Amino acid sequence: MTTPLLRVDNLRIALASDGITYNAVENVSFEIGRGEAFGLVGESGCGKSITALAVMGLLRRPLSLGGGRIVLDGQEIQDAPAAEMRRLRGKRIAMIFQEPMTALNPLSPVGKQIAEMFVLHQGANWNEAMDRAEEALRQVRVPSPERRIRDYPHQLSGGMRQRVMIAIALACGPDLLVADEPTTALDVTVQAEIIDLIAELCAAKGTAVLMISHDLGLVANMCKRVAVMYAGRIVESQVADAIFATPSHPYTQGLIDSLPRLGERARRGRQRLTEIAGVVPSIQAYPAGCRFNPRCPAVTDICRTNVPEATSLPADGLVRCHHHG
Amino acid sequence: MLIVLGRRLANVIPTLLAVVALVFLLFSVLPGSFISGMNEDGRSAMDPAVMERMRKEMGLDDPLLERFAKYVVNIAVGDLGTSFRTREPVTKMLSGRIWPSLKLVMAAMTFAILVGVTLGFLAALKPGGLLDTAAMVGAISGLSLSQFWFGLMLMYLFALKLQWLPSFGYGDGGLRNLILPAIALGVGPMALLARTTRAAVLDVLNADFVRTARSKGMSERRVVEWHVLRNALVLVITIVGLQFGSLMGQAVVVEKLFAWPGVGSLMVDSVFQRDMPTVQGCILMIVLFFLAINTLVDIAYVVIDPRIRYR
Repeated sequence: MTTPLLRVDNLRIALASDGITYNAVENVSFEIGRGEAFGLVGESGCGKSITALAVMGLLRRPLSLGGGRIVLDGQEIQDAPAAEMRRLRGKRIAMIFQEPMTALNPLSPVGKQIAEMFVLHQGANWNEAMDRAEEALRQVRVPSPERRIRDYPHQLSGGMRQRVMIAIALACGPDLLVADEPTTALDVTVQAEIIDLIAELCAAKGTAVLMISHDLGLVANMCKRVAVMYAGRIVESQVADAIFATPSHPYTQGLIDSLPRLGERARRGRQRLTEIAGVVPSIQAYPAGCRFNPRCPAVTDICRTNVPEATSLPADGLVRCHHHG
Repeated sequence: MLIVLGRRLANVIPTLLAVVALVFLLFSVLPGSFISGMNEDGRSAMDPAVMERMRKEMGLDDPLLERFAKYVVNIAVGDLGTSFRTREPVTKMLSGRIWPSLKLVMAAMTFAILVGVTLGFLAALKPGGLLDTAAMVGAISGLSLSQFWFGLMLMYLFALKLQWLPSFGYGDGGLRNLILPAIALGVGPMALLARTTRAAVLDVLNADFVRTARSKGMSERRVVEWHVLRNALVLVITIVGLQFGSLMGQAVVVEKLFAWPGVGSLMVDSVFQRDMPTVQGCILMIVLFFLAINTLVDIAYVVIDPRIRYR
């Protein structure tokens, strides 16, 4: 097997709060191959976004890297000096954020914000960079890019702004695109367009994607493999198809049960969607043992005391549950 | 741009009218008048007949509304009336005073912006650092200082002890005489600007688009130059405008203290002598200045922030 593009190994992210250090994320490991789309799924606050920021080297106080390794293309980058990381960011790993409304500078024309990438990483002058920004806008299918490059973010719709973000992220042809909930803030109709655009452009350029979302369905559609996070840990990781067919962790099962299914109502009549009882524990109050135990339907004594080890599943999958197998 | 200017100017006229009315009415209910003031020092018991003649001459016996209407009409043609005290046209008295006042206010504001914005900016780049702590302690002290006391201390130190600068007066109108009053007047806005700038820069540094800029692989210096500065400026400029505008009014104390021949000291002198036309002229000047600065600030917004459009 060739070396993966990105290997995250035993990642731990520390959160300092009132003199106490918590582990916001621990024991997180995954690999992404070249050109592969990998999904990271979980509820708000489970640590998926900060995992993405850690990969980008953008953790800021009170968050910091507590341990583990991040290996990009065979090179360990978790302790890379700031200047080194700056050369990687944007050029080899790029990121799209959740909020297209605030992720762009309101006082700068969008064309210029794209052009910055060419100036920063390819030594282009501004004129040349603006021409290429126009081309980049055309690639993300913004209509009449020659006019839009002079527009300010407030003159564009949310979907258009997210296209601008994609143009920025893909400007320098990165090896890895980190997409942190890229469609959550958008209208449902626009969501599919944006996801298709990301999938298509990345497939064409051979860019790998780390897709982060709370929407298991969306991630499973786009990604080859999916990892499910709960309360700072990966609880299950499988090939996307398998995760629907044979969910192995009670939390994954719960997530799948809570998805509405097309045609279900016609077949079985109007029913309440199943929900997972309880709420995600706050980081200060993570329970001992398996962190899902207070909400788990299959909880037994061992779940409340012992942290479950990872059990292998077919095709490089894994699950962390005492009751599996 | 022209539309902005036009709209602003259209707003100026009703504001001015309101100010003129307010000042005029306030002074007409004040007890005492210029003439009784001349009489009250006791040394020159005035012949009632003379007093009567003077009142007539100055139009003080006319009905209030008539006097007000006359005053407004005169202002419209650029006549601010005649000073009771010097018998000179108020416009002429003011014209010699405006430039020194402007000079003082501009110098104070330049000082406040240069020092305040720079300090606040540097403090925000390393929050909690030594410079930050020192600058914010300085800013709070600066805000709590009274101009009057601070001006005296400046005089004591730089004029009396060190003998570097003249303690008061306009001199030949050069920089040497300007420095102390400008610092005394500018220290308040300077402190406020330092605090506002720090808050604004910290605010912008935490914005999502700054995180985007960092994710592009930009150096922190570029992040600040390309994305933080302009955004912080939008917030700072509001405070600059407000401070700048009100500085002309605040200058009254400093002008009096440093015997600076500006609009403020003319106003104080005229108030004591109930020289109504001159006081009204002075207040009108201060208000005009405030409105002019506000208009400039509105224009600055349009230039800096593309989201702002006046229709």
